[in-house]
Amino acid sequence: MNSVQIVIVCYKVYNVMIALAWKNLIHDRVRLAVTLVGIVFALVLILVQFGLFLSFMDTSSNVVARSGADLWITAPRIPHVNGGSPLRESYRWQALQVKGVARVDRYNLAWVPWKLPSGAIESVSIAGFDLDHPMGGPWNIVQGNLDDLRSEDTVMVDELYKQKLGVTRIGQIVEISNRRARVAGFTRGIHSFTTAPYVFSSFKNAQNYAGAAMSEDQSTFMLVKAETGADVGQVKAALQRKLPNLAVFTNEEMRAKTQSYWVFQTGAGVTTLLGALLGLIVGVVVVAQTIYAATMDHIREFGTLKAMGAANARIYEVILAQAAISAVMGYVMAIVIAWLVSRGSQDGNAPIALPPELAIGALGLALAMCAGAAVISIRKATRIDPAMVFRG
Amino acid sequence: MIEIRDLHKTYGKGQAAVSALSGVDLHVSAGEVLMLMGPSGSGKTTLLSVMGCILQASSGSVKVDGLEVVGLAESKLPRVRLKHFGFIFQGFNLFPALTARENVELALKLKGVGGAGARKRAAALLEQVGLADKLKAYPADLSGGQKQRIAIARALAGDPPIILADEPTAALDSHSGQKVMEMLAGLAREDGRTVVVVTHDNRVLHYASRIVHIADGRVVKPVAEEAKKEMAA
Repeated sequence: MNSVQIVIVCYKVYNVMIALAWKNLIHDRVRLAVTLVGIVFALVLILVQFGLFLSFMDTSSNVVARSGADLWITAPRIPHVNGGSPLRESYRWQALQVKGVARVDRYNLAWVPWKLPSGAIESVSIAGFDLDHPMGGPWNIVQGNLDDLRSEDTVMVDELYKQKLGVTRIGQIVEISNRRARVAGFTRGIHSFTTAPYVFSSFKNAQNYAGAAMSEDQSTFMLVKAETGADVGQVKAALQRKLPNLAVFTNEEMRAKTQSYWVFQTGAGVTTLLGALLGLIVGVVVVAQTIYAATMDHIREFGTLKAMGAANARIYEVILAQAAISAVMGYVMAIVIAWLVSRGSQDGNAPIALPPELAIGALGLALAMCAGAAVISIRKATRIDPAMVFRG
Repeated sequence: MIEIRDLHKTYGKGQAAVSALSGVDLHVSAGEVLMLMGPSGSGKTTLLSVMGCILQASSGSVKVDGLEVVGLAESKLPRVRLKHFGFIFQGFNLFPALTARENVELALKLKGVGGAGARKRAAALLEQVGLADKLKAYPADLSGGQKQRIAIARALAGDPPIILADEPTAALDSHSGQKVMEMLAGLAREDGRTVVVVTHDNRVLHYASRIVHIADGRVVKPVAEEAKKEMAA
């Protein structure tokens, strides 16, 4: 046999093994269903737990991630974006003198009381930004627009929190910090990591709502936009030299700092992460057990294949093909379920993220888990007692 | 066709070692139907496994068509099995997910015969064993005798010179057993293949060219022609 003939024979045999794997799977539909239920359960568990964790990460720092700022100037040693301290406006003028700085806007983020129609009080996080250069402003505006916030005492809230805040329509008058406020618009999908929903308003309005906690020439942050083409790292260093008593963070650093605080330094984030890891472990165990059992069901057939002259490599192909087919089938079902769960969760307090990276990663994980379990089975298959095929 | 000299096979090591074959000498010729008999645990199946290159011998010599297989690398044994042997099992060992034709085709495809050629040849082999009308039947829908005939067709798919059968009639009724043995004897008589059968079934001994008794891992003695007739009677 020349090399071309050997390649042709190998190709034919390879196809036969894939076909055998497929027929083995679909022949026993109950066994296949059990296998798929195991894989789907494991993958949905993993997807939901990790989706929850990713969502926590995103939600905890969404106002930073979508601020549009290059740099944040803050009081020293603040723990996270929701824990800023007042800064004097004079710092802003100093910052504007630094080379590479295009703009410095004041930004307020403070917890203030919101009075419900029932008279009860809810805490909200008021975000006040410069309407002329809307760094730190809202996104996904579905009703109203930013210009509506130029009117005195106007605010924008998220649709998710309508019920929580007792808001039903645009134009509704509410009360924040014992001051009148009018709902001028709605956003969609701006979750808050804490129990206090974000409420957006002009910088001046936010200062008013913050009341005694904030004097007229103060803000909790200053958001910096670097000049086009400027090196943000160098601008940051220059700002830090100019304002040695303050802290300067890049947007990414501020995001990471906030995520780290909420996700890792509070119980909620760690619990979710542990849940995700537990989901991964349980998922791996379930899939491994399921695939192993499915392979062992065919162990006698693999012994027969060996006796018929199939090399071990051919048997590996059948086992791996069975595992891969099961993984892909289970993944397709799991991703549909996870997508539905994720979609259904978006209007709730615990949204579950399903980014493409997680979806693709889950496919890789499914294949890896199934292949890993198959490898354990392969070890068993290669150690088949040859006499087994002769037993009745 | 098969030449065995001073064959030993030991399972386990040290004090746990169990000797399954202890110095077996045996010669099987082309066109011969050799029946291996003996009590359970005597080493018949181990001998068959070593002959068929499924199990490695501990020492000794086994030549298959002149090729020494004892000590041959594990990776080379599948090719030897593929080229020289067809196996028939007591439990049939058909693939339940495959139809009768696909079971036979699988053996052909392992030999590199695929496509329409494999389908045609599989159909012809099944016709040869009297199952032309069962091409699309699954093993679960067939009787024991029919399953064993598919197994024979599968064993013949690669056109091997040697057929090794382990208790091929044990799970069959008398009529089916006779039919299967007729086929196996025909393979030796008409095609010149070597057929080695492990059996406890006295009803089929008259198909044997030679009967060899195994006890405690040794060939006790070849059974004489007259004794063979007596046993068969």
